[in-house]
Amino acid sequence: MDIKNIYHIAQRAMGAQLVRLNATASNLANADNIASNPNDAYKPVKPVFETKYFDLIRKKGISTVDAVTVQKMDIDPIKEYKPGHPMADENGFIYRAPVNIEEEYVDMLEASRHYQNNVEVISTIKALMLKTASLGK
Amino acid sequence: MNNSIKQQFDVYSNALNIRNKKNEILASNIANASTPNFKARDVDFEVELARSLNNGPLKTSSGAHIALTTKYLPGKVQYRQSINPSVDGNTVELAVEQMEFAENSIRYQTTLDFINSKIRGLLGAIRGE
Repeated sequence: MDIKNIYHIAQRAMGAQLVRLNATASNLANADNIASNPNDAYKPVKPVFETKYFDLIRKKGISTVDAVTVQKMDIDPIKEYKPGHPMADENGFIYRAPVNIEEEYVDMLEASRHYQNNVEVISTIKALMLKTASLGK
Repeated sequence: MNNSIKQQFDVYSNALNIRNKKNEILASNIANASTPNFKARDVDFEVELARSLNNGPLKTSSGAHIALTTKYLPGKVQYRQSINPSVDGNTVELAVEQMEFAENSIRYQTTLDFINSKIRGLLGAIRGE
């Protein structure tokens, strides 16, 4: 999508932060997942953020952010020896999803904070534009 | 000396333009607060205002000259020196950006107030009140 004004900057940044919140929610929801072989175990996902610049001549220095992809993290599942477990493989091992809950919480807080900042930008700009539109009244 | 109504508002409209541009750049910084390797940018208001007042449309003295149509040349957008650099190469410091954004918004509003009182003054003079 083309970026035309300041609203698009905040809008796309909010979109990117939402992707991040979704990834965090998915990681937290799957934090206790157990699989009977390492390939089936859930792997935490993380979005990749990338700066999108616009017209470099007339709109220098103005950019927004996009979550370009959501990548699976390359971490091995946690192997646990639980012979009696219904999901255990023939050697008695289960494989837990390697989700770091503290890290996810921090990520979630940061994403929501940044989302709020963008909302704040939009409401400030909106108030300023309304005031500009009613000049001389 | 040509003292038109347009001239009365020239400096304010330039100031509003630059404030608006600065707001867009600060919004970009805030949007990229969590992008690795993003470098925060900003413009110097005083420098930009002085520039916008000094350069007008280029004067042409021959038919073969091409007049520059726009009055506003692209400004000088600089990089911010960060106080506490972070490991991921991002130089956006939210506290700094938020302060700058708040200050810039207030100054924008102040400029609007100046324009409003100018309009009131001119209207008063026209009506002879």
